[in-house]
Amino acid sequence: MQTYQHEGWFALGDRTRWAIFERLADRPCAVGELAIGLPVSRPAVSQHLKVLKDAGLVVDHAVGNRRIYRLNPDGLAELRADLDRFWLSALAAYKAVVEQPEQEVS
Amino acid sequence: MSTPSAATSIRHEIVVQAPIARAFSVFTDDFGSFKPPEHNMLGVEIAETVFEPRAGGRVYDRGIDGSECQWARVLAYEPPDRVVISWDISPRWQIETDLEKTSEVEVRFIAETPDRTRVELEHRNLDRHGDGWEAVREGVDGTDGWPLYLQRFADVLAG
Repeated sequence: MQTYQHEGWFALGDRTRWAIFERLADRPCAVGELAIGLPVSRPAVSQHLKVLKDAGLVVDHAVGNRRIYRLNPDGLAELRADLDRFWLSALAAYKAVVEQPEQEVS
Repeated sequence: MSTPSAATSIRHEIVVQAPIARAFSVFTDDFGSFKPPEHNMLGVEIAETVFEPRAGGRVYDRGIDGSECQWARVLAYEPPDRVVISWDISPRWQIETDLEKTSEVEVRFIAETPDRTRVELEHRNLDRHGDGWEAVREGVDGTDGWPLYLQRFADVLAG
């Protein structure tokens, strides 16, 4: 079962992708810049960026012959929306439990 | 909503047909009875969720094999009016061990009548979970922020 419905949560489950994500939160970067200081190859960084992009967490655009990656605010807000759904679901279930006759609650 | 805090907190309220004392005790003692079942970081089915009824207490799930997963701390316990727990779960859906990076959930109980209680819930300080949330704050301040998500909630409810 999925706890957070948005695939972005799963994309962030990888330690390297999380590191990339946090770096992009600081500022937009090209692949080469991201690869510096990360313990993975540049092609691996590109693969991780693809996963993040497919999950809607980052977007890219061309600047000259480079691709600059940055966080996608809409994708990030989806993560927050999943927490929101969590509480919406919890409170609806809570209401059902609390309104049961008292002796039926274990 | 256009204030920064709107993006870094989540608010919901619900009115229940129950006296305030019962509303409080069900929310705390019986947390496991309404918590969405997919909220489970154990590798096995949850046998029970334990909510220790005191400030400084722990909130944890116990699996059917006896394993435990503590995912919150009780920060304030003031029956029947208010309870605050930490949310020690990272955006990577793992237990956050750095307590500086945890958010918190405050629940307030307000008696509307002797038999009806309003429950207000705020999950706040989401930006503490990491730098990414700062970007969230900037992102949802725009025009396509909140209204869009409210529509999505409506869709979820309708679906």
